[in-house]
Amino acid sequence: MARPKRIRKVINPPHFKGYRPLGLPEENNPVILNYEEYESIRLSDFELYGQHEAAQVMEVSRPTYARIYESARRKVAQAFVSGRPIVFEGGKVYFDSEWYSCTGCGCWFNHPSKDQEIKNCPLCGAPDIKQYHEDNDQSAIEDVCVCPKCGKEKKHLPGTPCRKEVCLDCNSFMIRKGGPHHYRNGNKNY
Amino acid sequence: MKTAITSTGNSLESKLDRRFGRCSFFVIYDTESKSVEFIPNPNKENVEGAGPASVNLIASRDAKKVVSGEFGAKVKSLFDSLQIQLIVLNDEEKTINEIIELLNHNK
Repeated sequence: MARPKRIRKVINPPHFKGYRPLGLPEENNPVILNYEEYESIRLSDFELYGQHEAAQVMEVSRPTYARIYESARRKVAQAFVSGRPIVFEGGKVYFDSEWYSCTGCGCWFNHPSKDQEIKNCPLCGAPDIKQYHEDNDQSAIEDVCVCPKCGKEKKHLPGTPCRKEVCLDCNSFMIRKGGPHHYRNGNKNY
Repeated sequence: MKTAITSTGNSLESKLDRRFGRCSFFVIYDTESKSVEFIPNPNKENVEGAGPASVNLIASRDAKKVVSGEFGAKVKSLFDSLQIQLIVLNDEEKTINEIIELLNHNK
């Protein structure tokens, strides 16, 4: 069975449903652009992020991001050249916005429109707000980097390969827990 | 701009309802015209899907902010894609009047 797809984080979904070419008779053969593909075009070509940064924003690995972005560009080209409409639909994504707390009235709030920066509490208007960071991130797939020498484990960060993570105890490069390298190094009990 | 508040009753003296999807009343307050509208929640007795149904109701009234005690698991992603702001208030003793005053003070 194929490995399940990591769920992609989409910060700014489109607020309209798609595009239609001008001056053509109505055609019912649209190109379906997934939300993750839309987000990759937004991150790479609108926000001008590098692939590495963009992959971390979307919480996928850099090669996966490159595949999503390539697929997005090909779909857009397909629609432009053959004059087909584009519909934003589907994809394995979740929409997210960050939480903030206000010390003035003790409320919590989020901020869905990322375009403007938030400065005041939306309820009482006080400027004493702070962003809330969630550490216990509950993703569908929990990946762990492990040190081949001392066995120290660390949570894997998508976008940073395990082999580039350095073990803080013995300064050697880490490997993916349960991966082929881990197996080859004699650790058979996973 | 319109703000939706979940309420336990249909007067300005009623308290904030902790639950979003199954609250008793929604208050739609318009900060520009200062109008207050009470809507009884039709999804109060729903076994399932009260949250998403309430999201639809609020989106149909063009509210841009929602004040409640807590929001269920299905609700946040819906509000995010509709670009509606969520405000969580843990103070159950606050009345609708007090919340409206806070919002006015904000302007």
